[in-house]
Amino acid sequence: MATPNPDTQRNVNRTVIKTLVVLAGMFAFAFALVPLYDVFCQVTGLNGKTSAKAQSLVSGDVDSSRTVTMQFITRSSAGLPWRLETQTRQVRVHPGQSTEVHFSFTNLGKEVDVARAVPSVTPSEAALHLRKLACFCFQNQRLRPGEKMEAPLVFQLDKQLPEDIRTVTLVYTLYPQEMEVSSSG
Amino acid sequence: MASLPPKHPVQQGTADAAGGADAHHHPPKGLLRWVLTTNHKEIGTLYLLFSLLMFLIGGVFALVIRAELFQPGLQLVQPEFFNQMTTMHGLIMVFGAVMPAFVGLANWMVPLQIGAPDMALPRLNNFSFWLLPVAFTLLLSTLFMPGGAPNFGWTFYAPLSTTYAPPSTTFFILSLHIAGISSILGAINIIATILNLRAPGMRMMDMTLFVWTWLITAFLLIAVMPVLAGVVTMMLMDINFGTSFFNAGGGGDPVMFQHLFWFFGHPEVYIMILPAFGIVSVIIPTFARKPLFGYASMVYATASIAILSFMVWAHHMFVVGLPLVAELFFMYSTMLIAVPTGVKVFNWVATLFRGSISYEPAMLFAIAFVILFTIGGFSGLMLAISPADFQYHDTYFVVAHFHYVLVPGAIFSIMAAVYYWLPKWTGHYPHLRLSQWHFWLSVIGVNLTFFPMHFSGLAGMPRRIPDYSLQFADFNMVSSIGAFMFGLSQLLFVVIVFMCARGGEKAPAKTWDGAVDLEWTVPSPAPLHTFETPPQYRPAEADH
Ligand code: HEM
Ligand SMILES: [Cu+2]
Repeated sequence: MATPNPDTQRNVNRTVIKTLVVLAGMFAFAFALVPLYDVFCQVTGLNGKTSAKAQSLVSGDVDSSRTVTMQFITRSSAGLPWRLETQTRQVRVHPGQSTEVHFSFTNLGKEVDVARAVPSVTPSEAALHLRKLACFCFQNQRLRPGEKMEAPLVFQLDKQLPEDIRTVTLVYTLYPQEMEVSSSG
Repeated sequence: MASLPPKHPVQQGTADAAGGADAHHHPPKGLLRWVLTTNHKEIGTLYLLFSLLMFLIGGVFALVIRAELFQPGLQLVQPEFFNQMTTMHGLIMVFGAVMPAFVGLANWMVPLQIGAPDMALPRLNNFSFWLLPVAFTLLLSTLFMPGGAPNFGWTFYAPLSTTYAPPSTTFFILSLHIAGISSILGAINIIATILNLRAPGMRMMDMTLFVWTWLITAFLLIAVMPVLAGVVTMMLMDINFGTSFFNAGGGGDPVMFQHLFWFFGHPEVYIMILPAFGIVSVIIPTFARKPLFGYASMVYATASIAILSFMVWAHHMFVVGLPLVAELFFMYSTMLIAVPTGVKVFNWVATLFRGSISYEPAMLFAIAFVILFTIGGFSGLMLAISPADFQYHDTYFVVAHFHYVLVPGAIFSIMAAVYYWLPKWTGHYPHLRLSQWHFWLSVIGVNLTFFPMHFSGLAGMPRRIPDYSLQFADFNMVSSIGAFMFGLSQLLFVVIVFMCARGGEKAPAKTWDGAVDLEWTVPSPAPLHTFETPPQYRPAEADH
């Protein structure tokens, strides 16, 4: 440009600064979306995640007028030579009633490994109403080669479960976890 | 790339439109001149040539795909390589061909249409262009890396692109970062230019629609490119630093990837179409010899499309298990976008109505745009019906939809723009007969390629799969023949452009008799420096 008018130049600089501010804001916003997403999902239960901590039993009467089918699906993820199984494919429960189901972990590999079973609930609207009093999914499991372990899940569907939900599916997927170095042996 | 067309060889002294051509220091000679240039016209040319090269490379990848799909069964390539081809084709076309072409057109034409001597930040302009060859050399080099190029689709959904990705993914992330920075810098430059360098007397509502749509597009870029940068950064951290943004095993959520990606991705598709709207809104009035019908409504429609585009992203995610209210919200908001889009189509048709139309190549492409883009809009509406999308999603119907809006949409508008402005750039009319051949071969090729995909998609053929069941064989054979026809006819386009750079019928300053905008007041070819002293803009002039 031959003759940069100082006035124009100042305006240009001002525009550039403004756009840079928006830019930085949007970049931060992208990262802020992650916790916002988590909070949103926790409040609404929309991503089918259940609480990561043990919850207490809501006592009170069992609503025996309704029966809900609770289904269990287990799977291991690629690259982890473990098996997760349950004898109980499904149970029929009344909202309010607490039930215990047993799962078994087997390490079919040749090495000590750590893994965690991550739960997911379908339909996602049911996630908020599935209360776990005890669950192996709250912590990592550590198994030696060939070792087998039984672990219980104690759960309750609370009575606020929407009427139209007749079947709730709980999926556990085994994921390999980083081994803590200190506890190797 | 070494033999660039002879750019209107340094004519500064002689043909200065606006006087005041004081001593410009002589630009360096040869290749270095192109590396160091800060001139908006030369940078525009660089962008356009780069985009043409990427268009050809991405086209070759597409032809590999179509050759494999010519018949059912696996013939030519391994499925792994097929996946790399679909991925690279999409990435190259979106980020390497369509976006840089529009930026190139903006570089050339925005200053000329608003009467500015150059872009507001010429040196930044040079930098943002030269980032692109770096980004795409890096991206293309992943094809030769162990484990191959990215193979997870242009939408790079996690965990395919994180846990299960090839090692080259880190380079893919880097190249996307660089290309993103280039777009952002380009957008800043365009905003600064349009807001501050308009000729005295030119108000915002006097600007051409090309300038308007680019201004709005630049804001979209500023808003969503940082989100893309954020997403790929999270991927980088998941891959290399053990975070779990998208890894369910560590408490993350792969579905969140899709939300973040499409929050960028849907505005991105409008980034690829709004400048096209602008181009067509400039070309149609010229060759219909009537002012654009509903100028103000065009501006407002563009702005509302841009705003609405932030509220529809989950229409790409109808099948991830959204709750009913979300399905409904995104279904209706998506359908709402069709309203301002419909306003635009209506205005183009109304401009044509009772015009005295002539069918120059630019106009042929613009009219084909209006018709064929509308077909893409209609298939979009079908996809927006969320219960129906459960059937259509991830089938060739979606492929048909977005290729109709992108190829005879965005790409045709770029072709139209090139035919419209080539005389201004080179001083010559493009060869008429050859241009017409190029047009007809392209329209026929495009429709042969993509129309049958509607049917194979509705019948259930999944996208991104190298093989298919026998019932789809005929549709696919037609698609493949069309694709080769379309692809080869683009070589004709290359010939036409280079012939036009070398010679041809001389074009006057006002190349088209119906043209009214400011760029037609400078000589053809436009001298390297124009509007050194800003022209006084008189709106009446522009309105006939
Ligand atoms: C009337 C306007 C439009 C509507 C209602 C619409 C609607 C949709 C819907 C619902 C989908 C998701 C389909 C699925 O994956 O199941 C989709 C996909 C897509 N649309 Fe559109 N669309 C419109 C215009 C456009 C425009 C103008 C462009 C770009 C220039 C575009 C580009 C795309 C692309 C690239 C995809 C596919 C992305 C992918 O999965 O790879 N659309 N559209
Ligand atoms: Cu979209």
